[in-house]
Amino acid sequence: MELAVNIILGMMLAATPLLFAATGELVVERAGVLNLGVEGMMVIGAVAGFIVTAESGSHLAGIVGAALAGAAMALLFGLMTQVLLANQVASGLALTIFGLGLSALLGSGYSGLSIPALARIEIPLLADIPFFGPLLFRHEPMFYLSILLLLLTGWFLTRTRAGLILKAVGENHDAAHAIGHPVVLIRLLALAWGGALAGLGGAYLSIARTPLWSEEMTAGRGWIALAIVVFAGWRPNRALLGAYLFGGVTILQLHVQGLGIAIPSQYLSMLPYLVTIAVLVAISASPTRAMLRAPGSLGRTFHAQG
Amino acid sequence: MIRLERRPETSRAMLWLTPVLALILTVLVGMVLFAMLGKDPLQTVAVIFISPFADLYSLSELLVKATPLILIAIGLSLGFRAGIWNIGAEGQFTIGALAGGAVGLAFHGTDSIWLMPLMWISGCAAGMAWAAIPAYLRTRFGANEILVSLMLVYVATLLLSAMVTGPLRDPDGFNFPESRLFEGSAAMPLLMEGTRAHIGFFAALVAALVAWLLLGRHVVGFQIRLLGEAPRAARFAGFVEARVIWFCLLVSGGLAGLAGLFEATGPVGQLVPSLPVGYGFTAIIVAFLGRLNPLGIIIAGFVMAVTYLGGEAAEITMQLPNAVTAVFQGLLLFFLLGMDVLSTYRFRLRRRVREVA
Repeated sequence: MELAVNIILGMMLAATPLLFAATGELVVERAGVLNLGVEGMMVIGAVAGFIVTAESGSHLAGIVGAALAGAAMALLFGLMTQVLLANQVASGLALTIFGLGLSALLGSGYSGLSIPALARIEIPLLADIPFFGPLLFRHEPMFYLSILLLLLTGWFLTRTRAGLILKAVGENHDAAHAIGHPVVLIRLLALAWGGALAGLGGAYLSIARTPLWSEEMTAGRGWIALAIVVFAGWRPNRALLGAYLFGGVTILQLHVQGLGIAIPSQYLSMLPYLVTIAVLVAISASPTRAMLRAPGSLGRTFHAQG
Repeated sequence: MIRLERRPETSRAMLWLTPVLALILTVLVGMVLFAMLGKDPLQTVAVIFISPFADLYSLSELLVKATPLILIAIGLSLGFRAGIWNIGAEGQFTIGALAGGAVGLAFHGTDSIWLMPLMWISGCAAGMAWAAIPAYLRTRFGANEILVSLMLVYVATLLLSAMVTGPLRDPDGFNFPESRLFEGSAAMPLLMEGTRAHIGFFAALVAALVAWLLLGRHVVGFQIRLLGEAPRAARFAGFVEARVIWFCLLVSGGLAGLAGLFEATGPVGQLVPSLPVGYGFTAIIVAFLGRLNPLGIIIAGFVMAVTYLGGEAAEITMQLPNAVTAVFQGLLLFFLLGMDVLSTYRFRLRRRVREVA
């Protein structure tokens, strides 16, 4: 029981940053924009969250700062792709390269410093329930935030008029434009939301999980979040499943190492990346044709005629 | 109100002017950045752009940095033209160095002129094999080559680390995670004694020449360009997309693998976990800076080599943090992509049209 709780708990902790980033990117892609710069936005969120928390002493300020920094990065991408009509794939790569460089520059005076970790909230009574108590009711506030934002995103996309318009823009931007929807504005808003969530995912790493800053600490999680969006078939509820699956793989690797099985640690560290590839292949090849559910205008440049 | 209007044809002048403008803008923004870091902007820029040309050794170091960048970027540019995004060149570079290096280590102490070519072939083949994974998964299952090739970068880096702490570790190396040094027949021949510039630079020039001939004169080049510019037309014309995907990924993987082997047996001199330093990613910028054109890529490779060496010089003489180089390179790519709008669109002033009653 104790071990099971620990494993599932570890999985949830590993999944949370992925869930933040994947939820954000899902909305962006539903609006028809492919932002490959998730890794760059996450790492900027991580460094911004750490610096603001270290300077102000307030975790809340750090969390807000990380979201704003991620959104600012996303708007830079928006300027490139929506206003200057640059190629989305190349601009996303540029955002990642720039984000990794800028975060290293900003954080160069902060590596080695430590800040108090985000405290856990124990919900009275509920936290004492055996098994479910520790799993569900003893987490950092950012964990609850990740679930809340996912639910909010699901509700927004399926239950609101604005969500419907956003999906219409993603399916066919020319048609959406023709009936009078402001395509560029909607996409910029979606990008800002995606960037803010990626920033939160980064901040979760640097102020909640390990209250430290180190260069490239996101270690490819932004790219895994992109894979989760494909895995989820662009649907929020399956993004939750995807994030927890990948979180589980990360944790499995640690537990196998803990069991003292004589495999060099590098091979175990490869697991999350190999599983990402395997899942992508399985999804792409599946008879249900998950790829066909991709938003119709995904990655295409929109230029209003006339 | 200003609006964008698509040009009937891409402007040739703008196509070549935009990289220059982007470079100038990057330098200007860089100067603001240096001022914010409390350094004299003019002096810093002078250090970055003059020190790489200060003496013969610095010039030879330009060749050292430009060689892998040009080799990798030439390969990547073929795919980028066709809309095939191999962004895992860093992994193919690592695997090329690892496999070719392992062959060299297996024949440790052998004195033969055939050893080096054998290592080149192994490095190139290993890079191709690593790139064949995304090619196969894309053509057979439709898996996205961007994500697959990128995930394999992490796998390659970990594999290199596992190998140099395990089977390939130097037996006399006091347990440090590094291989034996590449010596004698297993060391890259140098262009000039006392420098690190090696004959791999000629391989980069040959690759550029072949790519240029291929794009302009061969049917494969035509297929690549058509697939990138008009994918539907390419399919109607009966081109097999899968063959172009395979071709672009294998060529870019092979060249990246070769670049990795050159780096390990030349400037670095052994296999170490820190061998991949980001050339595979910087080469993406080089490919775009050179307008995906072989000649342009040679020039862009040298420009980028200057930023590396100049950045190192500024780190020493001006105490700039080393991350500045990466920020610089990222900014450059942004400005390049952003200014591309000038070559495919033009700005028009839209006058309010008053209806005459």
